[in-house]
Amino acid sequence: MDLEEYRRQARDWLAANVPGAPAEGSAAEDGVATAREFMARLYDAGYSGITWPAEWGGQGLTQAEDRAFAAEAARVSLPIYVFSIGLGMCGPTLVDLGTPEQKARHIRRLLRGEEIWCQLFSEPGAGSDVAALQTRAVPADDGGWIVNGQKVWTSVAQHADYGLLLARTDVEVPKHKGLTMLIVDMHAPGVTVRPLKDMTGRAHFNEIFFDDVHIAPGSVVGEVNGGWSSAVTTLLHERLSISSGVGMSGPRDNPASLDALREVVDVQDPLVRDQLVELHIRSRALALFNAKLSQETKAGIFPGARGSAAKLLLAELTNFQADLAVSLAGPQALAYEPGGGGLAGAIALAPAMSLGGGTNEIMRNIIGDRVLNLPPEPRADKNVPFKDLKVGTQS
Amino acid sequence: MMLILSPEQRELRAAVRSFLAAASPLAKVRQDMESPDGYDRAVYRRLNGELGLSGLIVPEEHGGAGAGHADLAVALEETGAALLPGPLLATVFAAIVLTEAAATYDGQAVKELLPGIAAGTTVATLAPLSGDRGGVTASGGTLTGQIPVAPNGAEADLLLVVARTGEGEALYAVEAGAPGLSRTPLTTLDPTRRQARLTFDGTPARLVATGGLDVNGDAHGHVLARAFDLVSVALAAEQLGVLRAGLDAIVAYSRIRVAFGRQIGSYQAVKHRLADMHCKLEQADAIVRFAAWAADESPGELPEAAALAQAYVGRACFEVARDHLLLHGGVGFTWEHDAHLYYKRAKSDEVLLGPPRTHRARLAELVI
Ligand SMILES: Cc1cc2nc3c(=O)[nH]c(=O)nc-3n(C[C@H](O)[C@H](O)[C@H](O)COP(=O)(O)OP(=O)(O)OC[C@H]3O[C@@H](n4cnc5c(N)ncnc54)[C@H](O)[C@@H]3O)c2cc1C
Repeated sequence: MDLEEYRRQARDWLAANVPGAPAEGSAAEDGVATAREFMARLYDAGYSGITWPAEWGGQGLTQAEDRAFAAEAARVSLPIYVFSIGLGMCGPTLVDLGTPEQKARHIRRLLRGEEIWCQLFSEPGAGSDVAALQTRAVPADDGGWIVNGQKVWTSVAQHADYGLLLARTDVEVPKHKGLTMLIVDMHAPGVTVRPLKDMTGRAHFNEIFFDDVHIAPGSVVGEVNGGWSSAVTTLLHERLSISSGVGMSGPRDNPASLDALREVVDVQDPLVRDQLVELHIRSRALALFNAKLSQETKAGIFPGARGSAAKLLLAELTNFQADLAVSLAGPQALAYEPGGGGLAGAIALAPAMSLGGGTNEIMRNIIGDRVLNLPPEPRADKNVPFKDLKVGTQS
Repeated sequence: MMLILSPEQRELRAAVRSFLAAASPLAKVRQDMESPDGYDRAVYRRLNGELGLSGLIVPEEHGGAGAGHADLAVALEETGAALLPGPLLATVFAAIVLTEAAATYDGQAVKELLPGIAAGTTVATLAPLSGDRGGVTASGGTLTGQIPVAPNGAEADLLLVVARTGEGEALYAVEAGAPGLSRTPLTTLDPTRRQARLTFDGTPARLVATGGLDVNGDAHGHVLARAFDLVSVALAAEQLGVLRAGLDAIVAYSRIRVAFGRQIGSYQAVKHRLADMHCKLEQADAIVRFAAWAADESPGELPEAAALAQAYVGRACFEVARDHLLLHGGVGFTWEHDAHLYYKRAKSDEVLLGPPRTHRARLAELVI
């Protein structure tokens, strides 16, 4: 089928199948069942996992189809926020590093909306410096693992069936060398999920406690004690998926978009015009950069750490845009719209983009170190066994 | 939409880059900028002869290579990165406007003027470049008025002048030795690109294209508008090269310069600024590729793309050039060091087509 035809069919399908009411990300909490049901239809129509290998349940198509679909989907909002971690990070990590059994068990179910996934990396004492984490996994008699510890800021965990857990398996070696990535069943005994109310007043993320949680044999992703390298794979996917907006609302629903602002501000005012032009310039610049990255990917040039530049720019744009929009609209912007939306919702949510997936400072470190190959900072923790280190807020 | 280079474009880039590295390295740029001509005629001849740059986008029937604006952008990015002195950009601007006129206006003048430019034997310029184009008036085949700055105006054999007529704007050609033409070389900020003041006093000029109707009575008011959009894209490509070269230079320096016992690039205050400069490069690159693609393939998107290119890339280029200079420390402020050459080229380029707000105002008209 040629691309135009593919795109036309996608548009028709979306028009017929996407729920009419704006499905804003945060509202998905109440709509998990709807989201699962929608994912199943998306999968059956052939639009879930477009570029993922056909062998494991994907469509095995190219970036061209993926982009065509994404362009159509960007006009509407797919109610798939609860799947964003699974589709954007956990799934791609399994495709890259999982065993054949892991792929067979999870990928198709993930793509069909039968499994919701979360990413269990951050801890109270380890966010930017995630390799400082303290959650322990020790071998169990059956060849599996026993896990104890605490995770925090875990998005969508309250709905999750599985998580990609990063745990410490060796304290005698430096911190990056004693980590292992494990697939954890979020319904297993000993897993406690407590939703955390965030600054929007909702619970986008959670804290998780592991008390003697048993993890089945065959759950290691990558190598034992090779978890850092597996985590880097996940984080690369994370930055790319955030910057390309997997599971995020389309412009139709963005109250701070140029289209939406046109309705509420005086576009003849020259000062307003200049600010709107600035917003347009920044939005276009980032959209074109993202389009370039996806063309490069298609041509076989893997963007790697340059995805951090796209993530940083999106974080800055999101904050700039929400700030500008509220300031332009004035005091009436302060009233939340039903469902916590509107410009008040946008400005309250904006900081999430600069924190989740790594802070702006960490993105700049990565660009400096891995894209520009600048000399690294001197570090106190690199060659010291983990058990001898200070981490988090310990002194 | 094509935002990455084709294999042929990568070859073109490599060819121009290696030519310039050998024929016009920065040490040579400094020598040439202080020479009487301000550039090396032999290098210029080879650039047009061997690489065909001045005629790159000129149709084959007029002696050019018939390449696209996306190819031209690749070449100009390299000449920008090399801070190539001389009239290449001015001549390319002239080639662009004449090529547009040739495509739509049935004038003998275009057919006679283009081959010399394509062959690299005619040095030409286009003026005024700024949006406020009311300075010269045409009447009865002569021009009167003044253009305060014209790039390479004193070196050009051929001046293409946008003048006001009774029926709007029109493009005229003036020969270097025409009576009533006086050209005053100016000492300007950027020593690598000379400019001159042009004064016309009843100077005979040849009509090349009208902004209104052509000889067949078809409306071609958009000819000049489109030509200036293409000029904006070409300039943005040069600016992208200046930006890239400035960033490369400071990244290299921050790996070797040591302060307080470590390389300055290991300090976050430096590293984070370089990361932000890299983000500007990525976006500027995507915008230039988009605008050059629109120039070739999507005329309807060109006006917005051209205004976007000048509004974003012009600013980004100056900011990166400025920060690259500052991060060099004291040596960046010396005449000996090359940092000021990038800084000055970046500022000159940013205002070459008029005050930057005019691009933003244009964009506002198109998108708001
Ligand atoms: C909405 C949201 C969703 C999230 N979802 C998840 C999730 O699903 N799974 C998950 O595992 N985590 C998740 N996180 C956690 C997120 O990854 C961390 O909050 C983030 O990496 C920062 O870590 P921290 O909170 O410990 O802050 P810290 O690391 O303590 O940072 C504090 C400050 O110090 C700065 N800093 C730290 N190190 C450096 C350095 N080397 N150089 C310069 N500055 C530095 C930081 O930039 C920041 O400004 C989420 C966070 C948010 C806000």
